[in-house]
Amino acid sequence: MNLNAVRAIYAFEMHRWARTIVQSVAAPVITTSLYFIVFGAAIGSRMPSIGGVSYGAFIVPGLLMLSILTESISNGSFGIYMPKFAGTIYEVLSAPVSAAEVVLGYVGAAASKSVMLGLVILATARIFVPYEIGHPFVALAFLVLTSVTFSLFGFLTGIWADGWEKLSIMPTLVITPLTFLGGSFYSIDMLPGVWRQIALVNPVVYLVSGFRWSFYGVSDVGVWVSLAATLGFLAACLAAVTWIFRTGWRLKT
Amino acid sequence: MPDPIISIRGLSKTYAGGFQALKTVDLDIERGEIFALLGPNGAGKTTLIGIVCGLVRMTAGSVVADGHDILKDFRAARAKIGLVPQEISTDSFETVWDTVKFSRGLFGKPPNPAHLEKVLKDLSLWDKKSEKIQALSGGMKRRVLIAKALSHEPTILFLDEPTAGVDVELRRDMWEMVRGLRANGVTIILTTHYIEEAEEMADRIGVISRGELILVEDKAVLMRKLGKKQLTLHLQEPLAHVPAGLEDYQLELAADGADLVYSFDAQAESTGIAELLKRLTERGVDFKDLRTQESSLEDIFVSLVQGARA
Repeated sequence: MNLNAVRAIYAFEMHRWARTIVQSVAAPVITTSLYFIVFGAAIGSRMPSIGGVSYGAFIVPGLLMLSILTESISNGSFGIYMPKFAGTIYEVLSAPVSAAEVVLGYVGAAASKSVMLGLVILATARIFVPYEIGHPFVALAFLVLTSVTFSLFGFLTGIWADGWEKLSIMPTLVITPLTFLGGSFYSIDMLPGVWRQIALVNPVVYLVSGFRWSFYGVSDVGVWVSLAATLGFLAACLAAVTWIFRTGWRLKT
Repeated sequence: MPDPIISIRGLSKTYAGGFQALKTVDLDIERGEIFALLGPNGAGKTTLIGIVCGLVRMTAGSVVADGHDILKDFRAARAKIGLVPQEISTDSFETVWDTVKFSRGLFGKPPNPAHLEKVLKDLSLWDKKSEKIQALSGGMKRRVLIAKALSHEPTILFLDEPTAGVDVELRRDMWEMVRGLRANGVTIILTTHYIEEAEEMADRIGVISRGELILVEDKAVLMRKLGKKQLTLHLQEPLAHVPAGLEDYQLELAADGADLVYSFDAQAESTGIAELLKRLTERGVDFKDLRTQESSLEDIFVSLVQGARA
């Protein structure tokens, strides 16, 4: 195990993050705060509670997930896309590092950022809406697992993308709609018949539902189903990244 | 060759589009030498380097670097190799110091500020260590790439077109630096299409054309073997044709008959110059000046590559 290399990549990525702290932390915190103010405090006070949870508190886990997904993907994809774009990837490809070490460095850093961001957003949310976390360890587990999984998914996106446009397609055209339709702002039980069935195909439903369960003990799908779905997605991403490094797809000629 | 540091056997590469960039190349690089790989653009130089360094996947063949197969034992092999790519690609927003520190770690070495300081000082980069790379000039950026490649103390250094687009002064500096590295036991493989560079630097020269290594030779031997000398006589009076009785010298007239050119093999037992001059005097051909000239590596190279294409 080339630990020095993992450390070097990790430190490099964290340093890049620190350099752009406004864009990488302040921006998502402000965006999420706006949601809390508008949907939580302003509109939420006129909404009935859902499953015994006030609307303002109900949307906290979903909004957190929205930020975590978007940031994990953009961090994970940027980390590997930038060296590809700038040409500095040659160094990583010529270094005595295995695929696992490269992934550990880049994805580890991206996931760390997401977890930290999640904690900051959670603290910020407390200013606007009162909430409690019923199962803090489960919540942390979901936070970490989601951050890792989607940072890895972002990493794959970054390898796949051969232009800036493709890089932004994933978060804006895929993840944001899936999150909005994934029960961040409502319980999917509120959806009419067939739409509820369709919603169950959306992987984000499982993340939000499981995460919300760890807060309030209420969920759209069973917490074990949520966990299994998240782990399944992680496994799929790991399989994809293994294949990429074995074949050199989009990395080597 | 005793114990080559790099041993390439039957190496070939066909790109996805069907382009065959390398056709069964065999090559041994000696420990501690400066080897220059010469060839026109698109000949396969960068592909060859890319395969040895792990950027390009080989289609067939094998490469052993300092006793380690580059695929089966890639960690040990790559730890020995430093690469300075042709394109200047750097992390613009990082400082010089951070980027060399990163490179060292990436190649699995524990931090060693003293070594990095030495590398930066040797490359006259020490006073720029806290500057962001984007603020540096093109020549300085290239030095940064070299510093990165040397950060992990490689024993083999690949320089892909190290002086492309570099001014004369920096080029001289770089040659000096390469010699210094060799003195410290580093083996250097450089590609170039500046013949002058190979002529100045290399111990041995390989010529690659259309994916084939058409020649590998000691530089001095190559120049001796293929080198031609020319004697040019500036005549007092221009001649319309080569005087009779001198046919066996294969003389040529140049500059509208004002110059008489005699090509000869510098290594031959007798160059025949004395006899030629005597015969010219007998025929009343007078000259005001004369000069001799050796063919450069460039002439040799051009004739080789043209020969390979013919």
